Amino acid sequence: MTTIDSAARLPIQVSGGHRADGHLDELRTDPIGLMERVRSECGDVGMFDLAGRKVVLLSGADANELFFRAPEEVLDQAEAYPFMTPIFGEGVVFDAPPERRREMLHNQALRDKFMRGHAATIATEVETMVAAWGDEGEIDLLDWFAELTIYTSSACLIGPRFRSQLDGRFAELYHDLEQGTDAIAYVDAYADIESFRRRDAARVGLVDLVQTIMEGRAQGPAATEDDRDLLDVLMSIKNPNGTDRFSPDEVTGMFISMMFAGHHTTSGTAAWTLIELLRNPTELALVTSELGELYADGDEVSYQALREMPHLESAIKEALRLHPPLILLLRVAKEDLEIGGFTIEAGQMVGASPAVSNRIAEDFREPDAFRPGRYLAPREEDRTNPWTWIPFGAGRHRCVGAAFAMMQLKAIFSVLLCDYEFSLAQPADTYRNDHSKMVVQLSQPCTVHYRRRADARRVGGSS
Amino acid sequence: MRIVIDDDLCQGHGVCESEAPEVFELGKGHLVTVLEQSPADSQRSAVEAAVRFCPTHAIRLEED
Repeated sequence: MTTIDSAARLPIQVSGGHRADGHLDELRTDPIGLMERVRSECGDVGMFDLAGRKVVLLSGADANELFFRAPEEVLDQAEAYPFMTPIFGEGVVFDAPPERRREMLHNQALRDKFMRGHAATIATEVETMVAAWGDEGEIDLLDWFAELTIYTSSACLIGPRFRSQLDGRFAELYHDLEQGTDAIAYVDAYADIESFRRRDAARVGLVDLVQTIMEGRAQGPAATEDDRDLLDVLMSIKNPNGTDRFSPDEVTGMFISMMFAGHHTTSGTAAWTLIELLRNPTELALVTSELGELYADGDEVSYQALREMPHLESAIKEALRLHPPLILLLRVAKEDLEIGGFTIEAGQMVGASPAVSNRIAEDFREPDAFRPGRYLAPREEDRTNPWTWIPFGAGRHRCVGAAFAMMQLKAIFSVLLCDYEFSLAQPADTYRNDHSKMVVQLSQPCTVHYRRRADARRVGGSS
Repeated sequence: MRIVIDDDLCQGHGVCESEAPEVFELGKGHLVTVLEQSPADSQRSAVEAAVRFCPTHAIRLEED
C-alpha cells in the first residue's frame, strides 16, 4: 500500500451491467463468468457494479498479496458480508472488534493438541452414518455430507453431549440458513423473497431446538465432569440477579456462527474430492492404495489422520483449487489506497476471487485439469504460489480452521474409501455447483453409488 | 541460518513451537517469539520442519 500517486487512475469497469442494479443479476447467476471477464478485460485490477456500489476485483499474485496483507484499518472485513447478519443474529461475531475476533477465532477446540481426539470423534460419526447403509445403495452427496458435517462440527466444537441431542432436523434447518445468502442482501438483507423467509424461519426453528435441549438440561441431572460441553458452560453463566446470562437465541447465534465457516466448506470439499477421484480413476487408485498401506497394521484413524497422506492430501487440495467453497472474498476500503497504479476510494468494496486466482494459467499448468501431482515435490504449486493458490484465503485472515478441515477430510475418507467402493450414479459432467447464493453448494441431483468392499473391515475410530 | 517471521502472516497456530520448542515460543496474544534467532545446526531439522508445517507459511530461513 503506497500513498496516492496523482497519476493513478480509477479501475476500469467490466462490460455489461447496464441495468439499474449493475452486475447484481450476473453475480447471482454466473459469478465466476463475471469475475473471469473482469480479469480478461481489465487485468489484475478491475471493477464491477453491485447495485450502485463499486466492487474493485483483484487477481494475480501482486494484487492479491496487497489485499491479504492489508491491516483491518485499511481493508475491513466486518462490513463486507451483510448477508451473514440475519443468520448469526445481531451482535454475533462480525460486530465484534478485531482483537476480540482474534480471540474467538482461536477457539480452544481448534488448537493443535485437540486434533487427535477430534479425528477419533469424526471417524465415529462417519461410522455411525454408514451403519445405516447396508451393502449397496445410493447417496445424495449434498444431503449426506451436509448432515455428516453438522454432526462432526457440533461434536468437535460444542461437544459430544450436544451432538448426541441432535438429529437430521438440525441439518435441514441449517441448510435453509445457508441457502439464505442471496446477493440481494447487498441491497436489502431483509428483502421479502422466498429464500430469506425460509432463512428466518430456519433460525427460529434452530432456536426452538436449542431451547428444548436447554430446558431438558435445566430440569435433568447435571452433566458429569467428562460429559460437560460448551452448552453446559454457557448455561452455567448467570447475571448478578441469578438469571441466565445467555438466552436460547444468543446461544443459538453463537453455535450457528461457530459452525458456519467449517460446515458448507468442508461438506462441499468432501463431495468434490469424491467426485473428482471418481472422474479420475488413476488418482483414485493412488489414494486407495496409500490408505490401504497406512491402515494395513490396523492403526486407528485418530493416529493416521494426523500423519502425512501425500496422495489424499493432494487430491483434496486439487478439489479445493478447482472448486473453492468461497469464490469471492470481500473487504471494505476504509481509506483511499492505490493498488497496481489504480486508485481505490474509501467506501468501495474490494474483492479477491479464489475461483479466478486458483486457475491462473501462468501459475498452474493445465489450470482446468484435476492434477493432484502438482502438489508433490518438486512442483509444490500451493507453496510456490502463496498468493494465488488461495482456497483458504491467505495472510492474516487465512482460514484458521484449515488444519482442522484437512484432518477432518482425511479422517472421513479413511473410513469411506477403506470400507466402500464408489461409482458415479449420473453422467460425469452433470455434477455442478449452484452459484445462485453467496454460499456455494452442489446442485442436486448429485448422487453416487456405493458398495461395501469384500475386504472391508472397520477402520476403528475410537478404542 | 537466520529465522525470519512474517508478522502479517503469523496467526499463532503454534505448530512451530511443537516442532522446535527450543527455538519458538507462542507468547501472549498468540504471537510467536523466536527464542534463538540463529539456532545451532543441531536444531536445523526441527526448524526446517517448523518452516515446512507452518500453516500460514510465515517462517523463512535465511542462510548466513
